Amino acid sequence: MALLEIIDVHAYYGHIHALKGVSLTVDEGEIVTLIGANGAGKSTTLKTISGLLRPRHGAIRLAGEDLVACRPHDIVKKGVSQVPEGRQVFTRLTVQENLEVGAFTRSDPRAIAEDLEQVYTLFPRLKERRNQVAGTLSGGEQQMLAIGRALMARPRVLLLDEPSMGLAPVLVDAIFEVIERLHREGTTILLVEQNALKALQVADRGYVLQTGQVVLADTAEHLRLNEDVRRAYLGIT
Amino acid sequence: MPGIRVARRITGTDVAIWVTGAVLITIVVVGSVSTLASGRYTVRHWVDFLVAGLANGSVYALIALGYTLVYGILRMINFAHGEVFMSGAFTSYFLARSLEQSGMLNARPVVSILLLMALSMATSTTVAVLLERVAYRPLRRAPRLVPLITAIGASFFLQYTFRGLYGSGVRGYPQPAILDGEWGVGAMRILREQVLVIIAAALMMVLLYRFVQRTRTGKAMRAVAEDKEVAALMGIDVDRVIVITFAVGAMMAGVAGVLYALMFGQVRFFMGFLPGIKAFTAAVLGGIGNVPGAMLGGIFLGLVESVGPTLFLDGLGIPAPNQLKDAIAFSMLVLVLIFRPTGILGERLAGKKA
Ligand SMILES: Nc1ncnc2c1ncn2[C@@H]1O[C@H](COP(=O)(O)OP(=O)(O)O)[C@@H](O)[C@H]1O
Ligand SMILES: [Mg+2]
Repeated sequence: MALLEIIDVHAYYGHIHALKGVSLTVDEGEIVTLIGANGAGKSTTLKTISGLLRPRHGAIRLAGEDLVACRPHDIVKKGVSQVPEGRQVFTRLTVQENLEVGAFTRSDPRAIAEDLEQVYTLFPRLKERRNQVAGTLSGGEQQMLAIGRALMARPRVLLLDEPSMGLAPVLVDAIFEVIERLHREGTTILLVEQNALKALQVADRGYVLQTGQVVLADTAEHLRLNEDVRRAYLGIT
Repeated sequence: MPGIRVARRITGTDVAIWVTGAVLITIVVVGSVSTLASGRYTVRHWVDFLVAGLANGSVYALIALGYTLVYGILRMINFAHGEVFMSGAFTSYFLARSLEQSGMLNARPVVSILLLMALSMATSTTVAVLLERVAYRPLRRAPRLVPLITAIGASFFLQYTFRGLYGSGVRGYPQPAILDGEWGVGAMRILREQVLVIIAAALMMVLLYRFVQRTRTGKAMRAVAEDKEVAALMGIDVDRVIVITFAVGAMMAGVAGVLYALMFGQVRFFMGFLPGIKAFTAAVLGGIGNVPGAMLGGIFLGLVESVGPTLFLDGLGIPAPNQLKDAIAFSMLVLVLIFRPTGILGERLAGKKA
């Protein structure tokens, strides 16, 4: 049984049919990437998993447990953390407060303090700026904070929505290094990316989403070599 | 977008606004100078004005916190907040009466006042939480004007419920004997009730500030105030935090209710109206949504209202200037809205992301 299963999910914004029967799975320890053009429904898929949008039809399960009936904060408690698109750190809270809020569902102060140190080891820049309000951080630092904040929940599955968006190439590389490192340490990740090339380099498997439907599902290696994928998403003719 | 100013031409309205400003500043300066030059008031008088202003201002500040906390989280003005304050004060009146009759009020004044506050806080909290649940939560996705109108309706509903139950008369609020008279500090003498009000309000404000800044729930409140969806992604139960916010604001109003009733010695179904509007003014003055702003705004308004009429107007030969203190308070609201809509410390009243 897969750790995260999404089965034939349909989701709507009012009358807009944004997801038309999406199915995908993520196994324990895997990085799975979801690629697709702007407006394909990638963020909507993540919002539906996190419970911000309720699917009208279909099932979402974490380790066999239903998530559709749960409210967003309960889904976090069950082990799904999301780094939303555009980072969305709390700009008026300090760096440290952002991380503490990330651990909101947990209650063991010692374990939280340990994880805080781990996040600071992963992102030393954040430690230097721990008492600064997050609004004063650069885009790259905010992305690191957003990832660190999600890790503070000790998620069973980490959902990343376009973590490289709007970042300079060096920072994109840094973010992908962090993703690979988390993967080596055993974190299960569902990665949404527009930077399909990078995403397919780190992922084990991938899904291609087109106007709310999965049109391709394969190993990352096969997708990288697929003619259609190369033409449409990798900019290679 | 806050913070972005578009360059524009100077219009007739601008000129009118600036002329008004200049005239007001002239009145204030000329009035103050001639009042001080007349020598009719001694230092003692001014100290009395200041202390009274501080006491009143502390009460405004406590109530203003309720407006600002709710606005910070829901971008909504809870116009029924004055009635949340009234409900607590009015309910505690009945306890105060029976404490007086049993002799407890004078025998154990500290315990009595704490009991009055506990009851007032409990009532205000219940009212505020019910309001949120019944009147505001179902409208959370409605256009902004809808909950605003509902709040005004709720305000009338509460006023007329108390009027229907207990009549429209003024009821004398018993005061423990310990609060009669003055305490002297050197040459200065301060009414005892004012000492109580200032100390109790300061204590509550320190507690609230620490709660918002330091505790887990306080941090969750600030996270929800910034972005509800992202806060939910942190595992925060947003509805619960909203209820807590209403409750915390109501507790401040509950304490303010007892302090106000002790200071003025009476309760009435309509008593929430004026302090409510003044506290709203104070919240806007300090920058609505901003917690220290509400505290500063309340104290500032109390001081100006107490010192202002005599200082600005007496020297101009205006008779009984104290009658004009409400006019001064609301002129300040209008002036702030014209000249500095962000308030002293805060953000814009309109146009922020909900
Ligand atoms: N809040 C919303 N209200 C209405 N339509 C939306 C909303 N968010 C997204 N959509 C629509 O749903 C579709 C999928 O959007 P999204 O999931 O954001 O795409 P992606 O993340 O792949 O770029 C698009 O057609 C988009 O216009
Ligand atoms: Mg997206």
